[in-house]
Amino acid sequence: MTGIVIVSHSWKIAEGVRDLALEMAAGYDDKIIAAGGLDDENKTIGTDAMKIMQAIIKANQAADNGGVVILADIGSGIMSAQTAIELLSESDDDNEKNINVKLADAPIVEGAVCAAVEAVGGGDLEAVLNAAESARGESKL
Amino acid sequence: MAVYECLSEISNKIIANKDFLTELDREIGDSDHGINLSRGFTAVLEKVSKDEQDMGVSLKKAGMTLLSTVGGASGPLYGTAFMEAAKVLTGKTELNAQDFLAALDAAIAGIQKRGKAVKGEKTMLDAIIPARDAYAEKINAGADLIAGLEAAVKAANDGVEYTKTIIATKGRASYLGERSIGHQDPGATSSTLTLEAILDYLKNK
Ligand SMILES: Nc1ncnc2c1ncn2[C@@H]1O[C@H](COP(=O)(O)OP(=O)(O)OP(=O)(O)O)[C@@H](O)[C@H]1O
Ligand SMILES: [Mg+2]
Repeated sequence: MTGIVIVSHSWKIAEGVRDLALEMAAGYDDKIIAAGGLDDENKTIGTDAMKIMQAIIKANQAADNGGVVILADIGSGIMSAQTAIELLSESDDDNEKNINVKLADAPIVEGAVCAAVEAVGGGDLEAVLNAAESARGESKL
Repeated sequence: MAVYECLSEISNKIIANKDFLTELDREIGDSDHGINLSRGFTAVLEKVSKDEQDMGVSLKKAGMTLLSTVGGASGPLYGTAFMEAAKVLTGKTELNAQDFLAALDAAIAGIQKRGKAVKGEKTMLDAIIPARDAYAEKINAGADLIAGLEAAVKAANDGVEYTKTIIATKGRASYLGERSIGHQDPGATSSTLTLEAILDYLKNK
């Protein structure tokens, strides 16, 4: 199984994209995790590498260590996701260090839906990553 | 050396310039740079131990805290810079001129690893890289840490002026294209304030 983490500056966007993806991925509630906004009560707009790192660990556990694909929005969404990946790779905890995690080069909404469909169909990490990235070239008109 | 006191000097300077930095970010960004950094450095002072003498330990803690509390691009950028500098200074309790250069080099490499920018893209690097070069030139000619930092601060301020003349090609300001010309970069400004605060701290120590 493959987990998915949704990263956005906005808590609402991350939660909303997750809701949308879950509509096509029944039973994946614990494997698709939103990591949007800062970790405070106001859900301040911003990105938090630590919060993203915790989401990756949880999604990977729920997916029986099958790995995690991240969908992220703009600017620091990408940088914080990359920071989280690097922190895991430098972790003293072998379980964390060995998590297979990839950041998708894809639009967040379309990418998350495509990734979720592939994941629920049993796709492995590589397949889910490819599905997410296939959304990049889809023409809308 | 209790890095806490130096971080406190940085925090005070950032908070004193919170509105100014946010205003600069309003012109070419999303009006949050001063707010972001003030939030981050306030949290840093809550996390870093006042008595810790190992500079690496304090800087690592500061970097981790910035990663999760700043919120904007400056979070992973400053966070990574502090954490990379921490690696160089781990186990050291006194700052000398050569170690500070090594820490600056590590910080710059961290910012570039994270943000993939080079000089001339209207970012914090346009202040920090010239500051590093001016600092290196001074201390290699025999100057001490403080004289080196004075040269660094001057070069960083020149770098901020230079950012007014160029187009942003990284970060939010890049969405403005040509319209970013004429405005100074918020991150170049905050990193210059950071260097000034370090200099103030060392002078008054
Ligand atoms: N790729 C980069 N490399 C180096 N510095 C950068 C880069 N992107 C942005 N910056 C610096 O960060 C500053 C903006 O910091 P701020 O905290 O306001 O982030 P932001 O742009 O609001 O972040 P976000 O990407 O979350 O919208 C810029 O003024 C610039 O100096
Ligand atoms: Mg901003």
